[in-house]
Amino acid sequence: MSTPASFANWKLFWKRWGIGLSIAAIVLAAILYFYFRSPRVTEAVLASTLRQSVPLVLGALCGLLGERAAVINIGIEGQMLMAAYVGFMVNVRTGNLLFAVLMGVLTGAVLGALLAFMSVTLKIDQIIGGTVINILAIGLTGYFYQVGLSAQGKLNPIPLGPLAKIPLIGPVLFDNPPITYASIILVFVVHYVLFHTPWGLRTRAVGEHPRAADTLGINVYLVRYVNVIVGGALAGLAGAYLSLEAVGSFERSMTNGRGFVALAVMIFGKWTPFGAWGAALLFGFATAMQTQLQFAGKLHIPHQFIGMLPYLLTIVVLAGFVGRARPPAADGIPYEKEG
Amino acid sequence: MSDETLALEVRNIVKRFPGVLANDHVSFTLRKGEVHALLGENGAGKTTLMNIIYGLYHPDEGEIYINGQKVTIDSPHDAIRLGIGMVHQHFMLVPVFTVAENLVLGAEPTKGWTLDLKAAREAVIRLSEQYGLEVDPDAVVEDLPVGVQQRVEILKALYRDAKVLVLDEPTAVLTPQEVEELFEIMRQLKERGVSIIFITHKLKEVLAIADRITVMRRGRVVGTTVPSEVDEQALATMMVGREVVLQVDKSPAKPGDVALSVRDLEVEDERGLLAVDGVSFEVREGEILGVAGVQGNGQTELVEAITGLREIRGGKVILGGHEAPDRNPRYLIEHGMAHIPEDRQKHGLVLSYPIADNLVLCTYYKPPFARGLQRNEAAIEENAKRLVKEYDVRTPSIFTPARSLSGGNQQKVIVAREFSRPVKLLVANQPTRGLDVGSIEYIHKRIVEMRDQGAAVLLVSAELDEIMSLADRIAVMYRGKIVATVDADKVTRSQLGLLMAGSPAEEVLGKEAVPA
Repeated sequence: MSTPASFANWKLFWKRWGIGLSIAAIVLAAILYFYFRSPRVTEAVLASTLRQSVPLVLGALCGLLGERAAVINIGIEGQMLMAAYVGFMVNVRTGNLLFAVLMGVLTGAVLGALLAFMSVTLKIDQIIGGTVINILAIGLTGYFYQVGLSAQGKLNPIPLGPLAKIPLIGPVLFDNPPITYASIILVFVVHYVLFHTPWGLRTRAVGEHPRAADTLGINVYLVRYVNVIVGGALAGLAGAYLSLEAVGSFERSMTNGRGFVALAVMIFGKWTPFGAWGAALLFGFATAMQTQLQFAGKLHIPHQFIGMLPYLLTIVVLAGFVGRARPPAADGIPYEKEG
Repeated sequence: MSDETLALEVRNIVKRFPGVLANDHVSFTLRKGEVHALLGENGAGKTTLMNIIYGLYHPDEGEIYINGQKVTIDSPHDAIRLGIGMVHQHFMLVPVFTVAENLVLGAEPTKGWTLDLKAAREAVIRLSEQYGLEVDPDAVVEDLPVGVQQRVEILKALYRDAKVLVLDEPTAVLTPQEVEELFEIMRQLKERGVSIIFITHKLKEVLAIADRITVMRRGRVVGTTVPSEVDEQALATMMVGREVVLQVDKSPAKPGDVALSVRDLEVEDERGLLAVDGVSFEVREGEILGVAGVQGNGQTELVEAITGLREIRGGKVILGGHEAPDRNPRYLIEHGMAHIPEDRQKHGLVLSYPIADNLVLCTYYKPPFARGLQRNEAAIEENAKRLVKEYDVRTPSIFTPARSLSGGNQQKVIVAREFSRPVKLLVANQPTRGLDVGSIEYIHKRIVEMRDQGAAVLLVSAELDEIMSLADRIAVMYRGKIVATVDADKVTRSQLGLLMAGSPAEEVLGKEAVPA
């Protein structure tokens, strides 16, 4: 939402973004402190933060594209999992990484089309539709998976020349594999489309007051289909990231709940791309810290409890922030044309 | 050269919905530059016809002609392209968008791929000046008062070069002054060649502004006439199909003891702001106190506080001499309070329950409707049969769910329920909102009867006609305060209108008026 700057709007701005900005400031201070104490570890943690955040931010972008048009997508997990599997298998058979990524993206988009069909045309309860996709994905990937297959390579980091040599920021930000770069670029792209193009205006209108959009000649069904399918493609990219960039192989249930964490990220980010990015980094950080703490061995807490950290954060956010965050007004409500 | 081409014509439009023939071979013409009023009760078929013209519905039979050419209108997109604009009864504005964003939605100016909001803002300013409709392009719509939101809706149609403008019940939410301003805007639009269809059920307005009047009843056109040949009585008869009493026959009030006393009441609204700001008044047995005011000035919160539905931040509400220990609705009901709520579907009825159950919602736990833990079905049924007959509720059976009834019949169920107990204080909030002339007549009669039987009546209404017709004394509410309390026969409509819009009491009424 863009409104001109003035004192009253400054107060409103602080109310909406104050918490997020405060957290960001604290985090930044902490990073600088730890960097000067132990640079290696800090770099590792920050790099890990960014890596962990990629599927979350892509999943959150998927979720928010749909929800901005008032379609709830609980099936991000399933889309990611299915795409991870398809991408991996295509790579095993063809050895072509780019093609494999594209097939992963396509898988996500196809599942997105399925969700759109269920939600927009059949007007099924959207939570059930998303769950169908999750169960479908777990079932199909679990059934067809063959142990012992190995991928032909995985996507490697591409250093961006001199930028990669800057201390601290260099290795963390400018020496990353392609999908990681893509995820950052997509944050900016989705923001631009959603808030600075007619398509984005119509999408948001469809999400807030679909009947008003309808009376102005906007095709509510088409807008919802496109948004959900494009969102699905992003979830597919997240899945491809997991099996082709992060790990280089596939395991059953490798998404491990990330699709649901992505929903928390979306809500925490107040259904905006930049908000989602910040929230994804926060969750990524929690996951990175959890790994560090486990290896450090200084705290005598069983490692399972430390492993809970990111998920605890998810629960706290969803329980604490959902009430205050306002989703698009028509979220989850199928649109019926009268007469 | 006189242009005889009709701006719009529809011939033999038929539209069926399951169980209802909404438009029964309706034919209608609109001349260039005229204001044509379409008058009829709820359910007469006026909005259905307009939705067909605007492409939201598809007719089963019939033809539409624009400027003499036959056209097919499959969607609002087609209608807009043909120069038809519609201002709906419930605004089609996205609340969280600004005025500029709402204006251009669907027809956005662009610079390459980017949305050109600057051009949108300029369009708002340009149209504002051209048509004299003041709006701030950067204001967020949900913060705007209703009258301004309506201007935005009109500007939206003008931005798309509408030559035929349909206004669906535009005055439901306006003060008398705002209605005058709207009429002025309509006259100016006429001069620029815009033809207007004005849908309403308010007889006075039709006579004030329309060039021609078409009356619809039960899906058919009853007749077309001009204001010089009819009066309110004749129009009402055409609308309802029988003689209708427009002015309630009322003998003077005989006020008794004070039944309700409100002192320095302060009540907060949903957002924590002070909606009722130091209100004091009294209602006596045997009189009707009308609280007039445009919706949104604290009336809702006032009624909720009095009926025990909202907490009181300060001040006192005293019912029948005792301050209620905890302001619990059941206590108030058992001590003689009856409440006709503002939103009959949300707060007056359980829509999925049968009528029989809705009729005992306040008394189901007491004999004769309950014996200990068990319901007495026979007593409930017998009660329902009796009340449905007495109040003439049109329903297939007493077990029909309340949701299936028309608005007027739903309201009758609520009135039947509330009036079937001994009533010391009746709180009626917008009791005839959205109802047709016949139902209004009936409910007004029952309210006056209640008064004559000795009950105190607090009538809150945004309909000035209703207040002036029923109230013995009138209090005007503006921004959470009572700005004046007057005897009903000592004040005029326009004085009330000015008070409702915030003019100071001394100016409007002179020094003799006593603001409460």
